[in-house]
Amino acid sequence: MAEKTPYANNDGAKPGLGPDAMTTDEVKAWFVREVLPLEAMLMHFLQKNWRNRSDLEDFRQDIYEHVLEAAEREIPERAKPFVFTTARNLLISRLRKENIVPIEIVADLDVLGIAADEPAQDRSLFARDVLRRLQSALDRLPPRCREAVILKRIEGLSQREIAHRMGISERVVGNYVADGMSVLADMVYGEQTDSGSRT
Amino acid sequence: MSEASAPSRAADIKAQAACFLARVHSGEWNEAGREELDAWLAQSRAHKAAYWRLEAAWDEAERLRVLRAPLSRPETTPGKRSFISVKIAAAAAFAAIVGATTFLQSRSAQTRTYATGIGGHQVLNLSDGSKIELNTDTMLRIGSEAGQRQVWLDRGEAFFQIHHDASHPFIVSVGDHRITDLGTRFSVRQEGDRLRVALVEGKARLDSTDMWSRHQSVELSPGDVAVATATSLSLLRKSDKALSEELGWRRGVVVFDRTSLADAVAEINRYNAQKLIIKDSSVAKLTLDGTFPVHAVPEFIEVAQAVFGLSVKRQGDHTLISK
Repeated sequence: MAEKTPYANNDGAKPGLGPDAMTTDEVKAWFVREVLPLEAMLMHFLQKNWRNRSDLEDFRQDIYEHVLEAAEREIPERAKPFVFTTARNLLISRLRKENIVPIEIVADLDVLGIAADEPAQDRSLFARDVLRRLQSALDRLPPRCREAVILKRIEGLSQREIAHRMGISERVVGNYVADGMSVLADMVYGEQTDSGSRT
Repeated sequence: MSEASAPSRAADIKAQAACFLARVHSGEWNEAGREELDAWLAQSRAHKAAYWRLEAAWDEAERLRVLRAPLSRPETTPGKRSFISVKIAAAAAFAAIVGATTFLQSRSAQTRTYATGIGGHQVLNLSDGSKIELNTDTMLRIGSEAGQRQVWLDRGEAFFQIHHDASHPFIVSVGDHRITDLGTRFSVRQEGDRLRVALVEGKARLDSTDMWSRHQSVELSPGDVAVATATSLSLLRKSDKALSEELGWRRGVVVFDRTSLADAVAEINRYNAQKLIIKDSSVAKLTLDGTFPVHAVPEFIEVAQAVFGLSVKRQGDHTLISK
């Protein structure tokens, strides 16, 4: 494909083995600090351009895989344009496969203000909002699951103590906590904030 | 370039990552677990992305501690008088073999815990005339709060013969499911996320709450077998014969009726520390009929060798069965 993609300028070197390869810890720190706070915006972008909602999570996963692959070689200087260019290129190649002409996506990147990259501002917006997101994540959990998550994360009890207190097995506690973790991550990172219509 | 794969791929990976993360925070994390996680993370970037994402969100959730005071909820006051007390009966003949019933007085004195080991079988006689029979590898708690007849099945399988008392319903809780007796004999089996209730006599009601907190209620009649998971509740009907076979463990046997070798092995393994393992899937599909004592591993192996011509190899606690 003629497309120039941000992850395609890998001149045959194996990822992670080049002289400037990043350590896993560096990649992880960058991913958590720079990439994850963009997730809500990324999901919004994907939703607008891809009809099939059930594919979105896989789509996001693919984007993260590409982003990490590139970051293992060299951490991109500016995360936001990099993530969104990756997303756009993946979208375009996917849409081509389905014979849909993707004109508006290119324009959309500008509309989102992605060209104007202001990481510090993005991060502080995210930080200000995170407690509210966490609270609505808790509200969204089924009652027993919520109880387990509260006992674990807020009260700091061990799995055994929680099992005892809730009258369920430790394995069920583990399942509740794991479910809770998934929902928390989706709300903290994935959910689009409807600024303007906050309750 | 990676292309679309099965629709649930990312969701599966996320679920696996969440399992690991929950284990890391369970309070029982160890070196073996760490190695397992490292190996899993090393497998793909998708694994790394999913795990880091959950971990970061969980770290962010630390902020929720500011909410601590209003959310912590005191437990109910411990009941002083026990409504039902328990006498452990001399169990059936084969009970002595393995796993004596463990009795633990729980910290809060609100419940008492009874457990059997692998291969264990115990009968509990309650002071109200009811009887609970515990099958292999089972854990059950009995509430001691005044005026309540409540039992929690945390693990395994039990058979209940409940003395009916309209003013004090007998309630068995399993996870988010509750069985309320309306004068009955029934068995309850918990296996992973699956709950199986088989009603032999009388009437009972199963109340089930699924993972979306939706409530469902079903009344069971004799012969009904209800299967509840976190996402579904289904009801099947069994003949007297099939039901009595399902409850063969009360007589110390397992009954196979055109059962696949895989299912039969899983059933036998419930009762024995020495585990049978089937090496190839073509073998797993063979079917067999017959009644085996629950501890008859040597006999079972003999059938595998003599009838199916399979080869058997002992390896530590495991016995491998293959072509």
